[in-house]
Amino acid sequence: MDFRFNEDQELLQTTVRDFLEGEITPEVVRELWDTDTGRSPALWKTLAEIGLPGLLVPEEYGGMGMDEVDFVLLLEETGRAGLAEPIVSTAAVAVPMLREIGGALAKEWLPKIATGDAVVAVGHPDVAFVEDAHVADLLLLSNGADEVHAVLAVDADITLQPANDPSRKIASVSFTPTQATCVASGDEARAFLAAAFDRGALASAAQALGACDRMIALAVEYTSERKQFGKPIGSFQAVKHHLAGVKVKLEYARPVVQRAAHSVASGSPLRALHVSMAKLVACEAGVFGAKQTLQCHGAIGYTWEQDLHVWMRRAWSLDRSWGRAPLHMGRVQTALLEDGAPMGSGCTFSSPGA
Amino acid sequence: MDLTFTPEQEKFRAQAREWLAAHVPAEPLKSFDTAEGAKQHREWEHVLNGGGWAMVPWPVEYGGRGANLLEWLIFEEEYYRAGAPKRINQNGIFLLGPTIMEYGTPEQKARFLPKMAASEEVWAQGWSEPNAGSDMANIQTTAIRGTDGDGEHFMVNGQKTWASRGAFGDWLFGMFRTDPDSERHKGLTFILLPLDLPGVTVRPIEQLDGLPGFAEVFLDNVRVPAEYQLGEEGQGWQVAMSTAGFERGLMLRSPARFQDTARRLVELYRENADDVSETVRDDVLRCWIGAEAYTLETFRTVSRLLAGGKIGAESSLNKIFWSELDLKMHELALEILGDRGDLLPGAPAAEGVGNWLDGYLFALSGPIYAGTNEIQRNIISERILGMPR
Repeated sequence: MDFRFNEDQELLQTTVRDFLEGEITPEVVRELWDTDTGRSPALWKTLAEIGLPGLLVPEEYGGMGMDEVDFVLLLEETGRAGLAEPIVSTAAVAVPMLREIGGALAKEWLPKIATGDAVVAVGHPDVAFVEDAHVADLLLLSNGADEVHAVLAVDADITLQPANDPSRKIASVSFTPTQATCVASGDEARAFLAAAFDRGALASAAQALGACDRMIALAVEYTSERKQFGKPIGSFQAVKHHLAGVKVKLEYARPVVQRAAHSVASGSPLRALHVSMAKLVACEAGVFGAKQTLQCHGAIGYTWEQDLHVWMRRAWSLDRSWGRAPLHMGRVQTALLEDGAPMGSGCTFSSPGA
Repeated sequence: MDLTFTPEQEKFRAQAREWLAAHVPAEPLKSFDTAEGAKQHREWEHVLNGGGWAMVPWPVEYGGRGANLLEWLIFEEEYYRAGAPKRINQNGIFLLGPTIMEYGTPEQKARFLPKMAASEEVWAQGWSEPNAGSDMANIQTTAIRGTDGDGEHFMVNGQKTWASRGAFGDWLFGMFRTDPDSERHKGLTFILLPLDLPGVTVRPIEQLDGLPGFAEVFLDNVRVPAEYQLGEEGQGWQVAMSTAGFERGLMLRSPARFQDTARRLVELYRENADDVSETVRDDVLRCWIGAEAYTLETFRTVSRLLAGGKIGAESSLNKIFWSELDLKMHELALEILGDRGDLLPGAPAAEGVGNWLDGYLFALSGPIYAGTNEIQRNIISERILGMPR
């Protein structure tokens, strides 16, 4: 039992944080908002240079060969930076799915992802829209609940659906399933889709932590400078207590997300439960953080010009990505009340049947 | 990251489980805030200490088992799982004990710790005074150093209040103003005081549950030997902060307690599912997730401590989280019980209501004691977030 990250993992987190701080400024985010796709192939290539898209790609395909425990701290950093490139859809979800599908498809696409030369988006029956489909080269799409198809983006009908968060690019996708596009069916397809969903939810949860932390930092900075009644407003308890409350929620969401990453990486039988717990608490922290930090900013926070809403909108988007709260609550309910997941003292680290 | 227990840790768990199964009293003990219950709990602590389980993480020479904090967490999980009694000496074993470990002289460690582990000496806490509650530095009780035929001593005058376990305890710890000209955090000294000394008057106070869980302690020319000073004279605030950290932090509130409450809450929901709304169900599940989150964060903290890390202002995050969670769980339980939630245990229709009402009354004290949650939010915003004072 050692619930810590190792030195390499922490070093990589610092490296990625420093890199993103330099590259993904709020100005960069806003510039991307004004482009047609909201995405930048050049930026994606740059991210590939530090290994982000290919983090989960096996080394034989030019990737870093790491797992979700390595990735979770970095995903939090991408959330802190407000980075909206297809990190979740491609790096966190499509890569492991391609790895599991294997064969020629993996051989063809994984190396391209690792070098930043391809974007792959994933559709799931429980997720209404496909994230980043509009810039994808390949789509991994479900047909019903028990078929997975690999479809070239040029062969699909993709309609972008503008959303509240200008960084969030989601689309309706339709395609004609054929035997040639079908890469998995039956139990195998269901297993791939279930894993994809958990990975998407985990990655979104980790990003929500980072977004929440960034909003706290922005609010602390603003309330320490802004003066009213002759004092920084951050010296007033009413303001302090708002932010302390967010901090409590955030710090108790983080270990839940990190444990979920461990359960995904290790293939725990409780993976779905752990991921749903993580998605619930992390996104709750994010949405609560958005509300409280907006209040602490006052009117200036209510403007388009102030950067706070870059992360507020991220927090709202992530809450809606890869399963909204009722779906995840339903999965917790099933696990606990119907499937008899272990409960009570001494059960947190045990597996069913152990 | 390794989230599995080693075979040695599993063996330790099995040992604890086996011993507890053979020794935990079949009938629940009376509350330790009654004379009869206090006696029962002291007897239980004697049995626990005899088995070597009273203070799992303490060194063997002080009455402990010499285990590490992870093993202590495992023991706590088994302790709650076995439904074992509450710890009457928690002020001693979880708060003062670690403080003596840090600040005590070798003589003090040998004098106090083994008797504390055995609960031969039960400790009351003397944090608050009538004018020093949230404003803990406003201590007015004086302890003036002097010498007489029997040696160096402090002459103590003043009043402590809300002294938990004061009614049936043997000793009291707290801060006293040893420099009468000093103000605020300066000039305070941490002193250990036997409650049977001449000049000590203990007046029990009935708590919300009607039992004397705390007391007023009047100190009128009480002569306390100087050897009962803990840490340096004038450094009382520093010593007390260390104790308060243990109180807010993980020692007093091990996750097992909340996991156990969460499990009972989910079971209560299951039994009454047909009568309860989906909103309540979701809140029950959220509480269960909260108890898991608390557990995970504790294991993360202990992993960090075992690797040489320290705990600081984070204990304020901890205190808010567990106290709000505990209260929410009990509120939900009463909501699920509906009309029967209002019944005292002896009521004819009270079968199956368990001890939720009593637990609710106790949970209400959580956001108040060990520094109110408002004080904790100040600490978080100033010391963790760096907001202006």
